[in-house]
Amino acid sequence: MTTPRTTPGSTPDPAPGSAPGATPETVPAAASGTAPAPGTDSAAAPTPDAPPDAVLLGGLGKRYGSFTAVHPLDLAVPKGSFFALLGASGCGKTTTLRMIAGLEPPTSGSVRLGGKDVTALPAYKRPVNTVFQNYALFPHLDIFENVAFGLRRRGIKSVKKQVGEMLDLVQLGPLARRKPHQLSGGQQQRVAVARALINQPEVLLLDEPLGALDLKLRRQMQLELKRIQTEVGITFIHVTHDQEEAMTMADTVAVMNAGRVEQMGAPADLYENPASTFVANFLGTSNLIEAEVASVAGGVLHLTTAGGPLTLPAARCAVPAAVGGKVLAGVRPEKITLAHRDDEQRIPAGRNRVTGRIADSSFIGVSTQFVVDSPVGAALEVFVPNVDRDQRLVPGAEVVLHWNPEHTFGLDAAQDIDAGTDEEEAA
Amino acid sequence: MRAVRWIRRNLVVIAGVLTLAYLIVPNLVVLAFSFNKPKGRYNYTWNHFSTDAWRHPCGVPGMCGSLGLSLRIAVYATIGATVLGTMTAFALARYRFRGRAATNMLIFLPMAMPEVVMGASLGTLFLNMRIQFGFWTILIAHIMFCLSFVVTAVKARVMSMDPRLEQAAQDLYASPAQTFLRVTLPLAAPGIAAGALLSFALSFDDYIITSFNAGNSVTFPMYVWGSAQRGTPVQVNVIGTAMFLLAVVLVLAGQLVAGRRRARA
Repeated sequence: MTTPRTTPGSTPDPAPGSAPGATPETVPAAASGTAPAPGTDSAAAPTPDAPPDAVLLGGLGKRYGSFTAVHPLDLAVPKGSFFALLGASGCGKTTTLRMIAGLEPPTSGSVRLGGKDVTALPAYKRPVNTVFQNYALFPHLDIFENVAFGLRRRGIKSVKKQVGEMLDLVQLGPLARRKPHQLSGGQQQRVAVARALINQPEVLLLDEPLGALDLKLRRQMQLELKRIQTEVGITFIHVTHDQEEAMTMADTVAVMNAGRVEQMGAPADLYENPASTFVANFLGTSNLIEAEVASVAGGVLHLTTAGGPLTLPAARCAVPAAVGGKVLAGVRPEKITLAHRDDEQRIPAGRNRVTGRIADSSFIGVSTQFVVDSPVGAALEVFVPNVDRDQRLVPGAEVVLHWNPEHTFGLDAAQDIDAGTDEEEAA
Repeated sequence: MRAVRWIRRNLVVIAGVLTLAYLIVPNLVVLAFSFNKPKGRYNYTWNHFSTDAWRHPCGVPGMCGSLGLSLRIAVYATIGATVLGTMTAFALARYRFRGRAATNMLIFLPMAMPEVVMGASLGTLFLNMRIQFGFWTILIAHIMFCLSFVVTAVKARVMSMDPRLEQAAQDLYASPAQTFLRVTLPLAAPGIAAGALLSFALSFDDYIITSFNAGNSVTFPMYVWGSAQRGTPVQVNVIGTAMFLLAVVLVLAGQLVAGRRRARA
């Protein structure tokens, strides 16, 4: 059984007609992988009215011999934002983070923090702090001294008040004299956050900080981190492979794949308008249908597929489509309504529809997940909210999948249709 | 039947007690005979109780001089081997350099080679180089064979250290020197201490290698060996017992400190 990668209710369903075109304004981060050429300093110069970006990467890249871990990357992270770098393991997200921290020398490009070029500075001279994956707390120092470490190294003598306040912020005041190994995973995680935050860094870097925690604690820490970020107002850059974690916490998510940023934007925007098959599959689940453009009329693409016609708003198509061109038509499982074949007449006109047969169904409480085989592709996924359960929808039943055409998105057909799915990650 | 069952249930304890007895009884014999007043030259049979040897530990000529020499050499050899060995261990554990495999091999050799061979060949080397035998040749020999043990102990510790701890220190504004002093060294300390203790013990009681490189100098083990031919003075038992008790006290103190630290935390 496949585990759900999104809860259907977790992302707002945009009203038909409002989704395309309107969403870009809601994206707080202004940057993209296709931004100015590396080294153009004019792009880095802050405009007088806007504060400089907390982090500005200009063509930052890392190569190990012939292997490129991170392709030259341009990225701007606005001050005070909660920014997530999301990707599967080995996609270069941690390398990017380590280059910002100064723990890994880049092979090209520059790092600017708060408008200052720090590319040549060693880690201990950069105004950033990191929460490491396994916390990396100093085992020979107690919690108090762990948290005070950064202050003491900068020659601050009276640290007691600050450390006390910081420990209170992460709710660890009574444990100040414990050693790290006497703390639970969640407590250690909070010490790691406190130890970094007490220095009031320009940017706080979090490297898979919740990876070692169990699910329940992870949820709790997600909210906790979000609360702390709101409270202290420091820019957070969060590296994670967990798409749900990234979407829950961050206000801007950059999806990385094979050393490149595939797409960047607000979580809802990425989810609704994926620009590549990787993003479509990695962020939640997508049904991708191979199609050919039959005609273009009034901002709407009419497609032909192996299972009949579909329509797609031209604005939601990530590639310029001409008649005869190939595209992938995508739709999220929770946007689809499932009807028994007997009720086909009752489906309103103007809906995209695909016929098929239920191959599998699993009841998971809030919804039922169906796997439907159809002429347009095997194993289409449909999440049906658990309102009125139609007893006829069992494996083997003939069904019609239908959805609002506005909920269809179009992708370039010249890419791996399975990029970013679980199967590919495992390979 | 019940006896068999009792034995079966307590087999581990019995084995433990027997092993402890095997280790401790010789020390107790040495302790007991340090209070003997032997009849004649040999301290092998019990005559009658006396504290003479404890009241005059240096009562036999030459012994305390050799003890002082042994202690001095042990201290210097420990310092030398620990400093050199720690640096070597860090180099071997942290860096890739030309000759690393060869160095690893070379460090291992003194532990694997028979001491007689090592002592004799070192003696030949000193002789050929026309170096005066004595304190310095003994010290050089001791540092050489202690080095291996320090490197082994420290390297194991350094290899098991999480490199992210040092990165975390750098991330928290510690310069390379501060990182080494505040994080690396404290974390490697148990390995370094183990190496140092081992060095002291090995240097203090080495006889074979020392005898090839001592010239006219007499270390404590050499003195004991020499006197054993003519009859060991009771004072040797006193020194042996004192060393044993000192070691026991040190271990107990260590346990106590560790226990208190754990209780406080």
